[in-house]
Amino acid sequence: MESLGSIITYWVIALAIVVFSILAVTSRKILRSATYLLFALFATAAVYFKLDYEFLGGVQIAVYAGGIVVMVVFAILLTTKPGENSALLVSRSRIRGLVAGLAALVIGAISLLTRCELFVSQPAMSNPDMKLIGSTLMGSGHGQYLLPFEAVSILLLACIIGGVVVARKR
Amino acid sequence: MEITAIYYLIPSLIMFACGVYGFITRRNMIAMLISLELMLNSVDLNFVVFNRFLFPGQLDGMFFTLFAIAIAAAETALAIAILVNVFRANNDIDVRDICKMKF
Repeated sequence: MESLGSIITYWVIALAIVVFSILAVTSRKILRSATYLLFALFATAAVYFKLDYEFLGGVQIAVYAGGIVVMVVFAILLTTKPGENSALLVSRSRIRGLVAGLAALVIGAISLLTRCELFVSQPAMSNPDMKLIGSTLMGSGHGQYLLPFEAVSILLLACIIGGVVVARKR
Repeated sequence: MEITAIYYLIPSLIMFACGVYGFITRRNMIAMLISLELMLNSVDLNFVVFNRFLFPGQLDGMFFTLFAIAIAAAETALAIAILVNVFRANNDIDVRDICKMKF
């Protein structure tokens, strides 16, 4: 049985995720849409904190909310005139989008709700401490992640070079 | 009331469906990128919830999410570089107007 505070926190987070995701894809002002995306990402970080993954919540706030959203806002300010609304949707494309979105929703909901192992309650788990996270990230043994770590560092280097080459003035 | 795994998976599913809807209906390329971020984010959320509820004590889902966040950041940076370049060449980032490489 959960405490009352935990249940209230859960409903606030779930409501924030649902409302801000819907607003992010339906708002006609693109800058507002980016702001709603920021709030949806914060709600996701709150879920990580609530599930005892504090390191992951910190990474989510630092990289997604602090990095990606700032880049998106810069790109919006570079490419759109202020106060400009996006054009009204053609009803054909809206119907197409609704059909695809609802199909994803229904198929996902059916396949989730028919799995009874997803109704387990939250098992006890102590917070993974930094020592464990660090040794898992840097170890080369079984179940440790040195190779993906190095691969991601090479990917980021390639991404820096690619970004400079693509966006440079000729 | 007991909060089970499904209580976290359903908002994540709604987030994913919103991403699908936005990716199909939006015409501005930055708005499409935002929808893509929503979809990626809901997948990250699923990894963490499955790890926490079905395999507590292991860290695999958490590390998948960690690397997915890193890759999403790299992908967004490159996508925005390309968008700025497209805007410079075309003076617009509406997907319907970008058809020079189509045929």
